[in-house]
Amino acid sequence: MEAVQEIDGRAIPFGQKNVDTDLIIPAKWLKTISREGLGEGAFEAVRAEEGNIFDQPEYMGAPILIAGDNFGCGSSREHAAWALLDMGVKAVIAPSFSDIFSGNAFKNGILTVVLPQEQIDRLMEVAQTDPVSIDLENQTVTTPFQDRFTFDIDPFRKDCLLKGLDEVGLTLARNASIDTYEARQKDAMPWYAKGTGLAA
Amino acid sequence: MSDRARTLYEKIWDAHVVERREDGTCLIFIDRHLVHEVTSPQAFEALRLAGRKLRRPELTLAVPDHNLPTTARLDENGNRLPIADPQSAQQLAALEANVAEFGVRYFGATAREQGIVHVVGPEQGFSLPGATIVCGDSHTAAHGGVGALAFGIGTSEVEHVMATQTLLLKQSKTMEVRVEGTLNPGVTAKDLILHIVGTIGTAGGTGYVIEYRGKVFEEMSVEGRLTVCNMSIEGGARAGLVAPDDKTFAYLKGRHFSPKGEDWERAVEYWRTLKTDEGATFDKSVTINAGDVQPTVTWGTSPEDVVPIGGIVPAPESFPDPSKQNAARKSLDYMGLEPGQRMDEVEIENIFIGSCTNSRIEDLREAAAILKGRKKADNVKWAIVVPGSGLVKEQAEAEGLDRIFTEAGLEWREPGCSACLGMNPDKVPAGERCASTSNRNFVGRQGPGARTHLVSPAMAAAAAVTGKLTDVRDLVS
Repeated sequence: MEAVQEIDGRAIPFGQKNVDTDLIIPAKWLKTISREGLGEGAFEAVRAEEGNIFDQPEYMGAPILIAGDNFGCGSSREHAAWALLDMGVKAVIAPSFSDIFSGNAFKNGILTVVLPQEQIDRLMEVAQTDPVSIDLENQTVTTPFQDRFTFDIDPFRKDCLLKGLDEVGLTLARNASIDTYEARQKDAMPWYAKGTGLAA
Repeated sequence: MSDRARTLYEKIWDAHVVERREDGTCLIFIDRHLVHEVTSPQAFEALRLAGRKLRRPELTLAVPDHNLPTTARLDENGNRLPIADPQSAQQLAALEANVAEFGVRYFGATAREQGIVHVVGPEQGFSLPGATIVCGDSHTAAHGGVGALAFGIGTSEVEHVMATQTLLLKQSKTMEVRVEGTLNPGVTAKDLILHIVGTIGTAGGTGYVIEYRGKVFEEMSVEGRLTVCNMSIEGGARAGLVAPDDKTFAYLKGRHFSPKGEDWERAVEYWRTLKTDEGATFDKSVTINAGDVQPTVTWGTSPEDVVPIGGIVPAPESFPDPSKQNAARKSLDYMGLEPGQRMDEVEIENIFIGSCTNSRIEDLREAAAILKGRKKADNVKWAIVVPGSGLVKEQAEAEGLDRIFTEAGLEWREPGCSACLGMNPDKVPAGERCASTSNRNFVGRQGPGARTHLVSPAMAAAAAVTGKLTDVRDLVS
């Protein structure tokens, strides 16, 4: 995972509430066996409309997306995060996110920034003409007009994002604890440990 | 373990903590991992690139479901028929190669055990009470119906579980959905969960795990509980739970992977402790009066857009929130509906009975009871019944349900996810309506431009007969 520190640039003022992952990337794009190239299918239904925001030249490759409440609801498809990355989006700012999407975004180095609706409204206005800056270390979103909004982030996630840590690698280092847990379970609750009975 | 009163969720959580970090994040052990062809290829690929293996392959079960066509899979000589869509075929081939390489138990495309992962897990006794169960699919919540803590994960987490058999998680908040009283005749588990999602909203459960409580759930069959828990995610909750009881144990006993002999006895003894303690508190409580629930349909493009079948399409101005008013206007435009229109006058051209929400044997019996001796209406152009698994299909055929469906003019198909999300050839044409027993009515979900009305199996059957959304109670005397 690439380290994330500051994200500066144009922000797409999308603003829609309850953006589901079917809207971010429709099912027909899920047939890939790769993580690459999904930007082409991102927001396909929205982009079918003439004059849609995603295809306006000033927002092409914009690193920030601004949306409404409950962004990323619905299907668990991580393809939604991969599609955003492929579009160039590195951060999404919204009043709230679905649990599964925010986890998927984090694991791909996409920052999810939660701000109250009135601050989102202000950023939507700024984004029409000017860039927006996100500083992860200081947990702030700023604009060229002296706006300065602070956001909360889970300290563990912040640390992983700042350092670009590989979570699988981190957990593999806890191997001894997992061994201990497994031994205890095998003894106390063997019915869980057997599974399909097909061992390696 | 502490002596304080705990909820069912807290008990299962506590029993799976491998390590607790200072910031409250826990490394949680995962007992069961279900894998399908869509969300796993990139995870297997990442393992391969890092030279990693599955830590506990016996805790993983793989089955293809999303891409498979629901037409015949074998020719008359018993040879496997190719999948026409090259990308679907490639995804299936990737799964077959990956399970062979990594040593994962697999029910392949032509196995009689094949089916939708969320139907197969409980049916095979792979999903057990008190277990932590994950799958790269948000409807994993379904397995909460047997009293498991089950939730959907993304592909990076699929990889994490494969390599470590754990996940790093923050404990969720707890939410109680208590249903008081009894359901009216003709009202099903599906109507109830649609009503619940309509009440709490699609973000109402975000950050929570729901426990469904009350006599209604105690009296509900295990299959009904699976339907309810399945759609917890439509209410924003990653997981939903019903406490396991004698019905759960009777349902699981003797199934393929269920514990046997002494293991079974010890397991049941433990499972009986899995209930919310007297005096335990929930972070949020919602009470619903079962008597208020009617056969329910959706009018819009969000699962929270529900109305009783006797109701009308709401006016966007009737919503207090301006952004919901906007969303409702867009939904009505997409759905081709006018405010004030009666729901039971909406004509339907397509019927889909299936999906991980409603494709188990009881669902098919419920639909067949309405269709028996009746024919589908002429304006219904396409009507398919897709059983949730090969075993459900066999059982339905043994009971003669398949003939009831075909004599009524519906098609009887092979198991899979099918028109719930149209990754296979089963799609609803643009601009047409579908009365669907699935779980999502999102824009384009059943095909570009498709208009979905979510309903119960009995209501889908009723719509097939009359050619419009219909109160199923009018067809039962």
